[in-house]
Parts: sequence; structure tokens; C-alpha cells
Amino acid sequence: MDRFAFDMAHLLAGSLVLLSFMMLYQDRLYALLNVFALQAFALSLSVGWQASIQGAPHLFITAAIALVFKAIIIPVALHRIIARLGIHREVETVVSVGPTMLFGIGLVALSMVVMLRVTTGADPLAREDIAFALSVVLLGLLMMITRRNAVSQVVGFMSLENGLILAAAGAKGMPLVVEISVAFSVLVALIVIGVFLFRIRERFDTVDVVALDRFQGERL
Amino acid sequence: MTASLNGVALILAVPAATAALLALIPDYRVSARLNVASAFVTLLAALSLLFDKPAPGPYLNVDDLNIVFIVLNAFVGFTTSVFSASYIAHELETGRFQPVHLRFYHAMYQALLFSMNLALVANNIGLMWVAIEMATLTTVLMVGLYRTREAIEAAWKYFILGSVGIAFALFGTILVYMAARPVVGEGFDGMVWTVLIQRVSAFDPALLNVAFVFLLLGYGTKVGLAPLHAWLPDAHAEGPTPISAVLSGLLLNVALYAVLRFKLLLAANSGALAPGPLMATMGLGSLLFAGLMLYRRRDIKRMFAYSSIEHMGIIAFAFGMGGPLANFAGLLHMTMHSLTKSAIFFAVGHISQVKGTQQIADIKGLTVTHPLLGWGLVLGVVAIAGMPPLGVFTSEFLVVSSTFARYPLLALPLVAGLLIALGALVLRLQGLAFGEPTPDTAPSQASYAPMFSHLALVLTAGVYLPPPLVSWFQHVAGLLG
Repeated sequence: MDRFAFDMAHLLAGSLVLLSFMMLYQDRLYALLNVFALQAFALSLSVGWQASIQGAPHLFITAAIALVFKAIIIPVALHRIIARLGIHREVETVVSVGPTMLFGIGLVALSMVVMLRVTTGADPLAREDIAFALSVVLLGLLMMITRRNAVSQVVGFMSLENGLILAAAGAKGMPLVVEISVAFSVLVALIVIGVFLFRIRERFDTVDVVALDRFQGERL
Repeated sequence: MTASLNGVALILAVPAATAALLALIPDYRVSARLNVASAFVTLLAALSLLFDKPAPGPYLNVDDLNIVFIVLNAFVGFTTSVFSASYIAHELETGRFQPVHLRFYHAMYQALLFSMNLALVANNIGLMWVAIEMATLTTVLMVGLYRTREAIEAAWKYFILGSVGIAFALFGTILVYMAARPVVGEGFDGMVWTVLIQRVSAFDPALLNVAFVFLLLGYGTKVGLAPLHAWLPDAHAEGPTPISAVLSGLLLNVALYAVLRFKLLLAANSGALAPGPLMATMGLGSLLFAGLMLYRRRDIKRMFAYSSIEHMGIIAFAFGMGGPLANFAGLLHMTMHSLTKSAIFFAVGHISQVKGTQQIADIKGLTVTHPLLGWGLVLGVVAIAGMPPLGVFTSEFLVVSSTFARYPLLALPLVAGLLIALGALVLRLQGLAFGEPTPDTAPSQASYAPMFSHLALVLTAGVYLPPPLVSWFQHVAGLLG
């Protein structure tokens, strides 16, 4: 049973990393949102599993938040925003997909090497979890860097947050305060983003960040 | 005991309650006054903490280190609210603000003060993280308030970079908890700072090292250390000027305070890497980089934003060096920088209103047409450039001399950076303050009291540091190790 619990946790956390990779090569915004929703779903399963094997019922709340808020409400809302604003539906990349994927593999290798080496004292479950979590965080960051559209940057940021919640859930007995506040902060952050997207739309007729990047340093 | 508990409760409850109240008040004159009054009450409460510190609880803790930050925070928060009252009246006349924006603005201002105070008194590293994230969000909203193309761009950039920094900081926080768990045990105690610092010597050093790297990158982004500073100049230049003053004067300090807390943790663990050199390197890098960048600035607020990066670099360098003298210098420099930089932003805010522009080229001869504003700016810039006899000179001198005493080779780039920045500031100041005046676009209706009260304090500190202050700072510097 113990072995099974470990493998299951491993599988679920690993699927998050896999889904992060899938997000890297999506070229349509809608498809990207679908993969993100799937990742949030995998996160809720993973956190839920952690809750049951750690005997920590409060983690079920975190899992529920991930499921309802991140896997359902946000993707639907972003779908609507894209449709209503008539945002360009293709993902525009700064670096093409191939090199990005290779770089992503490098990042995963890096986080495995770093985290597994420094956590030799921790219990094996938490070790694996934190290594996967760092991979998801770094892949989310990579996505934010290599994308031009504001929407896909936002999705990158949210997938980065998925990694953080995975890490928080894996750290056994971490106080509830933090998890709820993380979820809450994401909510707040999302409201901000929503406001911003509307304002950007209002002023720019595009959410392409290149259009925003006109004064790199100084206004003319 | 009960009175002291009230002190902590007040510096949190007053801003929080006022923020809620201000969101409901439509008349901006009333809300501006309420804003000032509430900031004043917060200042009194913060001062009361000086005399009567409550015992540390699981969530909140006031000790000798954070009390410095709390008092400074409350003071600059109060003077900025006075400045803000006269600033916004003009913005309403010119139509850059609508009354409905002001309601939001005042509520956010108090929310920012609340979250900064919470970050400072938090005894739980998770709670501290939440508070700093909240402070980031409120400032993002305020930076975007003018809703011009540039303001939205600046806010977006700040939001994205700030969020990444905040995310890294959370990851570091989780790692600290993981390091603490085998020693402290599961649950709440693993995040309580006063527990952590007592038991940290038994933590796994490797995990602490990785955690500190993430925390330094994360909170370092908020401090504005190069190369993570990209959000800072835009956010300062495009938001309302009172916000620039609070950002430079306070929020950067709060983020630095977070870094210092974790530096203390690492320093107490003999197996962990020394956090000092990392901080000193980033600080020195920021100083040199920002010093050089100062020369090419055309926007007045952007120029002083780079000057803030420079000074945060000096402060981080001083704390990174460590030791009683360098820590003392760092604390003093932080205080002086907050006071001086916010005074400069008070002056700049009124100047850009009077001249209707932020372009340095279009602002000339201020001392002729607006003697008080012009000379206030001159005094502020002379102070921030580190000229005697003002307070910034004292602290910079202490930083340099302690560096010379211990690592003479490091003193060379430090002095070079200081001189480079001095040159740039003097060069720009000449055009701004003297020469043929440029025409005004609006009459001046400045409030001089906040600016000159800050400058008077800086001048006093340069001439005479009161012994109680010295012994207080020496004590704190000793704690910082």
C-alpha cells in the first residue's frame, strides 16, 4: 500500500510536468487554455491524493479550489474574454517551439539535479514532489518568457502557480494559512489581470505585448 | 501589556478600517483629510511601540529590528499622505484623475500601508509573503491609475516581473519550511520566525542554501536589485507621484527587510553558505549599473527611480558586508535614503505639475521662478548625491570607510560608483535648477511642509546624530550580525 501511494503521487506530479510540456507547443490560444485546464485538474487530483495519504483533510480544500476555480472558472472566463474581445487566436512565440522544448528539457534536468541533491535528508515523497514542482515552476516561467500574447503569458503565470501549490501540498504539514492565501492571491491576481486585459483592449486594440514594449527604457 | 498589544493592533487595524471606509466616501476632500488623519494615528501607534513592545505571538512580533522599519514606514506614510492631498487637487483640475479614481486611490493607499505594516510585524514567514504579495498588487493597481498607454504598460511590466519574483519567494519559503520540518516538527511552528531562528543551527544547510537563492531572487526583484530591476523605473515614472515616493521610500525597504530576515537565518546556521557575498555582489552591481544609467535619463521621475536602484544597491552592499559598522551604516543609509528620496519626489511631483511635463529638457531655471520648490529640489539632490553636511553623506562615508577597513579592493568600485552617480546628478541638477526659466503651464499650489520636514531631518542627521538614535541603531546593527 505504501509503495502504491508513493507511485501514485509520483505519477500525478509527473503528469503536471508532462502537461507543462504540452503547453509549450500549443499554437492556438483555445487549445492552450484546454491544456491548462487539464493541468489544473491533474493538480487537484495530485493535491487530493496528498491529502488522503498524509491524512490532512484541509488539503482537500486546496484541491477543490484548484478544481473549481482553476480548472473550470478561469479557463471558461478566458475563453469568453478571447471571444468577446476578438483577440488574435494564435499563440505568437518569440523563440520557435523546437528550441523551447529542448530548453525546457534542460530546465527539468536542472531542477531534478538540484532538488534531489539538496533534499537527501527529506522523506522520498516530498523529495520527488518538490523536484517536479520546481520543474513546473521553471517551465511556466519559460512559457512567460517565450510568448508574446498577454493571454498566454497569463496562462504561463498560472501554470507556474500550479507548481507552487504542488510544492506546498508536498511539504507535509505545511500550515493551511499559506495554501488558502495562495489560492486567494491567485484570485486577486486574476481580477487584476482581467482589469488589465480590458484596459489594454480599451487602449491598444491588441494584447500583444510587443505593442506594449515601445519604450524600453525611455520615452521619445 | 494590553496597551502594547494595542500598538500592534492599531498599526494594522487603523489602515485596514480606513481603507474600507475610504472606498465608500465619494467626496475627495473628506477622504483626503481622512487619509491624512488615519496615517497620523498610525504614526502615533507606531511611536508607542518604541516604548512598549508586546511579547512575540505566533503571528505577529515586534522586535528591535523591525521597529526601525515600522517607525520609518509610518512617518513617511504620514508625510506622503499630506503631500498627496495637495497633489491630487491639481490632478483633478487638469482632469488626469476623475473623482471616482480618487476613491479607489485613497482606499488603495491605506491598503498599501496596511500590507506593508503587516509584512513588517509578521512573525510567520508565510504571512509575511502574503503581505508582500498584497503590497505588490495594490501598487500595481495604483501605477496603472492614469490609464495612459505608458501607465498601463508600466503596470503590466511591474505586474509580470513582480509576480515572478513573488512566486520565487514563495518557493523559497516552502523550502525553508521543508528544511525546518525534521527539526521543528510538522505544523504551524515550522513557519514561525522566532522558532526558526532558535533551531536553525540544526537545519539541513543544503536545503537552506537553495531556499535563500530563491528568496534573494524573489524578494530581490522587489528591492529592485540589478539585474531584476526592470520594472522599477517604469513603475516610478508612470504612476502618481505620491506612489513613486512610497515605492522608493518604503516598499523597497520592506522587501529588503524580508531578505534581511532570511539572511539572519542563514547566518545562524554554520553549514550554510555565507549570504553576505551574494548580497554585496548584487548591491555593487546595482550601484555601478544605475550610476551609469543615470546619465542617459530624459524623464525626471525615471532619473530618480534609477537613483533609488543605486541607493538600494549601496544598502544591500552594506548589509551584505555585515559587521557592526557596516550594518549601522546600512541602517542609517536606508533611513536617510527613504527621507531624502521621498522629499525629492514631493518636489518633483509639484514641479511636473507646474511645468506640465516630466521631460528634463523642458524644465529649467526652477530656482528663479519657484524659489521654494527649486531650492528644495537642489537641497534634496545635493543630499541624495551624498554631499556633506547632509545625512546621506554621513552614512555613505561610513559604508566606504568600513569597506576600506576590511576589503580595500571592494572600496574601489564602490567609490567609483558613488562618484559616477554624483556626476550624473550634478550635471542634471544644473539644468533643472538654474538657467533660463521655461514657462509654467499651471500655477503652483504646492505644500512645502512634508518636503522641508524631511530635508530638515536629513540635515540634522548630517550635522548631529542624537546619542539615543546612535545607540539604538548600534544595538540593531549588532543583532544583524
